[in-house]
Amino acid sequence: MTGKMRHPELDSGSSKNKDLWSLFFEKVRISTALEKKSDMKRLVRFKNIFSQSIPLVYISVIYILLYIPIVVFIVYSFNNATFSAVWHGATLKWYQTLLSDTPILRVTGHSLVIATLSSTIATFLGALASFALFEYRFHGKKLIFTLIFILIVVPDLMFGIALLVLYTFLKFPLGFWSLLLAHISFCFPFVIVITLSRLKDMDKNIFEAARDLGATDLMIFIRIIFPLLLPALIAGWLLSFTLSMDDVIISFFVSGPTYQILPLYIFSLVHVGVTPEINALCTVIFGLTLLVILLGLLIPKWFFVKK
Amino acid sequence: MLIDRVFKKTTIALPVFWLVFFAFLPFLLVFIASFLTQGDTEIFKWHFNLSNYWDLLNPIYLKVFLRSLYLAAITTVICLILAYPFAYIVARKHEKWRPILIFLLILPFWTSSLIRTYALIILIRSQGLLNKFLFMLGIIHQPIQLLYTQGAVLIGLVYSLLPFMILPLFANLEKFDWRLMEAAQDLSATKWRILSRIVIPITKPGIVAGIILVFFPAMTMFYIPNILGGVHSLLLGNLIQNQFISTHNWPMGSATSVILTLLMGIFLVVYFKLTTPKERTELMG
Repeated sequence: MTGKMRHPELDSGSSKNKDLWSLFFEKVRISTALEKKSDMKRLVRFKNIFSQSIPLVYISVIYILLYIPIVVFIVYSFNNATFSAVWHGATLKWYQTLLSDTPILRVTGHSLVIATLSSTIATFLGALASFALFEYRFHGKKLIFTLIFILIVVPDLMFGIALLVLYTFLKFPLGFWSLLLAHISFCFPFVIVITLSRLKDMDKNIFEAARDLGATDLMIFIRIIFPLLLPALIAGWLLSFTLSMDDVIISFFVSGPTYQILPLYIFSLVHVGVTPEINALCTVIFGLTLLVILLGLLIPKWFFVKK
Repeated sequence: MLIDRVFKKTTIALPVFWLVFFAFLPFLLVFIASFLTQGDTEIFKWHFNLSNYWDLLNPIYLKVFLRSLYLAAITTVICLILAYPFAYIVARKHEKWRPILIFLLILPFWTSSLIRTYALIILIRSQGLLNKFLFMLGIIHQPIQLLYTQGAVLIGLVYSLLPFMILPLFANLEKFDWRLMEAAQDLSATKWRILSRIVIPITKPGIVAGIILVFFPAMTMFYIPNILGGVHSLLLGNLIQNQFISTHNWPMGSATSVILTLLMGIFLVVYFKLTTPKERTELMG
């Protein structure tokens, strides 16, 4: 066939005609086969896209479900109605009343004070503790690891009542200090875990070198560990801050009437119905959190990639 | 050097003191309190006995206990079924995308958990978005009453606890050596066989860690049944909350907590049996 195609002039007229026909049919045959092949290809590609998109669809659905409640309270913070769940048009009035609502602002202030103080102290303690656990050998190290582990896995409720029992036995009044100590205690182990996993990645030779050059442990801590740990400390601080701002269960048991914080204030409102002002406040807090995180957490990225 | 010794002593003493005082001592006191009796004027009477544990066998408490176990178990199973494919898919994504996807997963949980739970009311009540959506699809013809039922509590618990299942699973799957999978494929193992004989057994520590992080909080997050549930969906957490706040029967509440701790201890023993210290990263960072 191919030979004939290469030398058509060598063939006689009639056979040339016949050959033209066969050539034509051959062409048709090839092209239909090709088409079929490309159909198959398209089918396969479609099937691939389909099977590849199932996972994507799946995780998208989960993400959508996770975000729906957030969208709901953000939308309702703009709703022009006090208790109605029906949309009555957009308004900014809840944001305005929020600014003049002293009880809400007061408890928010309390929450911010507790969260800032507790996360700062917990980060400081956590940095020291992880250094001690990393560098030194001492008795009771295993006990410390066990206690950290217990504090991380134990449900908040059990820790909350345990602290309440402690305060009661010691006759320690419930209020600002009981709340602050409790918040430091439940943030502290998370900071240790974050900083310790960072320390484990570090090159121990750096400390040896510093020691050979006559640095004291305190100097090593301030001049080497602290700067290297800074991203971990920022991450630990942020985690503590959010844990503290959102804690309901532990605070429920260890706070007194003298010092109310935002989550407990919201909890007391939940049965009567959350006002749009609270939705507005939570929207503001969500926006601020987002801003802080986008600014701050782009740097210590490894925080999200658990090692 | 003096400064070294002082520094060493302080760095060890501070966290040790803190943890003993604010972690060990409180749990020890709860354990002791569970053997005391309720006083008339004071909170505890120093009269040791086991009556609190016997009282827990009361059918009313047993009912709450069984209901909690049941709801927590269903929550855990649903979370596991939803979380495993999710963690698997995210772990198979390019390294570049994984932190972003995990960030997007954690982000909703940086908002007030109460407000998110409250927003669920708006979604699942009889004129809520869920009913409207199902009605539009023609699945239902009259609104289903979900709010203030166990179903609502279940939705609330799954929603609140799902990331605590996904994160340990993801931490585990991310370390998975996918070459094992290629090897199994070369040896012509079916997909199902690869999953059941290789992937799931290797990620077992992650599964157990996820179960611990979901099952126990599910029984004790008292605000979710408080907000979403009715009278018949109170859980162990609400029981303990009531014993401490309303009825002031602290010894009884402590005993309930001790029982829960023992149950958790069993799970932790399983977890420790399944893992080596190096692998315990799901719960220890």
